Amino acid sequence: MIPLVAEHITVSFTRRGRGAFKALDDVSLTLPPGSAVGLIGESGSGKSTLARVLLGLIRPDAGTVRIGERTLFTPSYPRPAKEVQMIFQDATGALNPRQTVFAALAEVLTVIRGLRDGRAALADRVTALLEQVGLSADTAARYPRELSGGQCQRVCIARALAVEPAILIADEPVSALDVSVQARILRLLRDLREQRGLSLLLVAHDLAVVGAVCEHAVVLQQGRVVETGTPAELFRNPQHPYTRRLLNAVPVLE
Amino acid sequence: MPPAYQPPASTAPLLEIGNLTISFAGEAGWVPVVRSLSLTVAPGERVALIGESGCGKSMTCLAVGRLPPTDQACLGGRIRFEGASLLDDPAAMARLRGRRFAYVFQDPSASLNPVMRIGDQLSEAMPTGHDDDGTPPVPRHARHQRAMELLARVKLPDPAALLRAYPCELSGGMQQRVMLAMALAGSPRLLIADEPTTALDVTTQAEVLNLIDSLVRENGMSLLLVTHNLGLVAGRCDTLHVLYVGQVVESGPVAAVLRHPAHPYTQGLLRAVPRLSSVGSGELHDIPGTVPPPAQLPPGCTFAPRCPYRDTACDEAPALLPIDAQRHCRCHHPRLRHGVPPAATPPEGQP
Repeated sequence: MIPLVAEHITVSFTRRGRGAFKALDDVSLTLPPGSAVGLIGESGSGKSTLARVLLGLIRPDAGTVRIGERTLFTPSYPRPAKEVQMIFQDATGALNPRQTVFAALAEVLTVIRGLRDGRAALADRVTALLEQVGLSADTAARYPRELSGGQCQRVCIARALAVEPAILIADEPVSALDVSVQARILRLLRDLREQRGLSLLLVAHDLAVVGAVCEHAVVLQQGRVVETGTPAELFRNPQHPYTRRLLNAVPVLE
Repeated sequence: MPPAYQPPASTAPLLEIGNLTISFAGEAGWVPVVRSLSLTVAPGERVALIGESGCGKSMTCLAVGRLPPTDQACLGGRIRFEGASLLDDPAAMARLRGRRFAYVFQDPSASLNPVMRIGDQLSEAMPTGHDDDGTPPVPRHARHQRAMELLARVKLPDPAALLRAYPCELSGGMQQRVMLAMALAGSPRLLIADEPTTALDVTTQAEVLNLIDSLVRENGMSLLLVTHNLGLVAGRCDTLHVLYVGQVVESGPVAAVLRHPAHPYTQGLLRAVPRLSSVGSGELHDIPGTVPPPAQLPPGCTFAPRCPYRDTACDEAPALLPIDAQRHCRCHHPRLRHGVPPAATPPEGQP
């Protein structure tokens, strides 16, 4: 149960011959312990850059990221944060095709967590992780190609949980999945948040997906926060024209 | 530019698939992945194939071009395009595929040749005059100009620079537009789009779908669109076929099916689309279970194990029967109105 506070984050990328490009411009974001926040914006709006900053993979030009008591990118916290884990849109692509599910999870447990308690104990931990994400123990022997997209995404979530993070960043976790299984993954994320007190930052383009899981939403456009509020507020009464445009871009049945 | 499209005077379907069966060799004999599937696409009609992964949507599309590997797959039934039989006439296939009907596939980065410039790939797709297909050939000196025109038609900026670019220099959305331009190079009458936006960045999906929509309208083409998301077909297609493990389980006009889905599977797919109206209620719907592998189909109704309305009648396989003038449903208990089981429907005349 650790809060994450990012304040005044600015990130620029230098482009050869064309000057600097501001990917993030004075973005602040607070993730209270156990909360779920949705980050909405189209490609190029800086969603992924912000996720990388929060993971400690990109050092911002200005601004601070505090995870609990410590501040990222300072001598007290120099390396990427283990408290923050990420899952990606392309779950199949995020898994090593030549590694079984067991190997993928065991690698995290032994290398990152540094557990050295024998193969039997390791197998128990892998089984426990798989159970948490709703997969049976025999999934451990499978390769990613033998699994469906939804199962691969569950393995990715299990792998993120293996690090025992306090904060989970999910970058478009369901947009590559069949609609019939999207709800199951979203429900899993919601349950994990409730059961483990995980904070969740859900990056998505679909405001309906954000609305189903998050109680707060942040709209990002060209590196700036243009609107914040509860998902219901944003849908019912979008203030910024960009939010309105995003709402219109999502195919709706109603 | 090619001559403007004139719709044929007759109402004969452009594409007619009858009793199509596709089987693959499995360990214990032939495994059918598509089972006696029939559908037609009329000139100018936009038809959608819907279903989860593994329901035979893509296989059906590929079979039209005889693209499944013939050494492993067995194709039965008939596929007729503009009257020519595609399954047993290789000459007709060579004449029609890529010319009279063209494909756009799911992953544009895998469809494009990574070491060829965009311009060269576009030129390669143009009619040469050696195909005996009746399309006027594009002479060598005119190809650059024609390629520019094609890129402009798919609304890509700065075509001249793009022609010299390699696929890796383009975003996924731009690559898919190039694939569309290549499909248009033969002035097709039918565009087969197999999950054309699934591999794209989610925010460019609507753009590419709208582009396909406007190209189909402008050129009077027919469209066969494959997708798993029912939300995408509303307003973009005329007719809908819902596939489940290789069979059509429901078909009819898009608006009617979306308003009153009759098959429990269609209802499940529709409910699974996240909706803005349910925001705040915390409701999330899915379809329990998974699509059974084609080698292990359950006896009787194949959807019964996942169906909330199953009963003893479902031990027998249902037939695809008409439920009104335009719609068909393969279910013993079609939901005829608002998802209320017929038994619980109040008698006519009551609210």
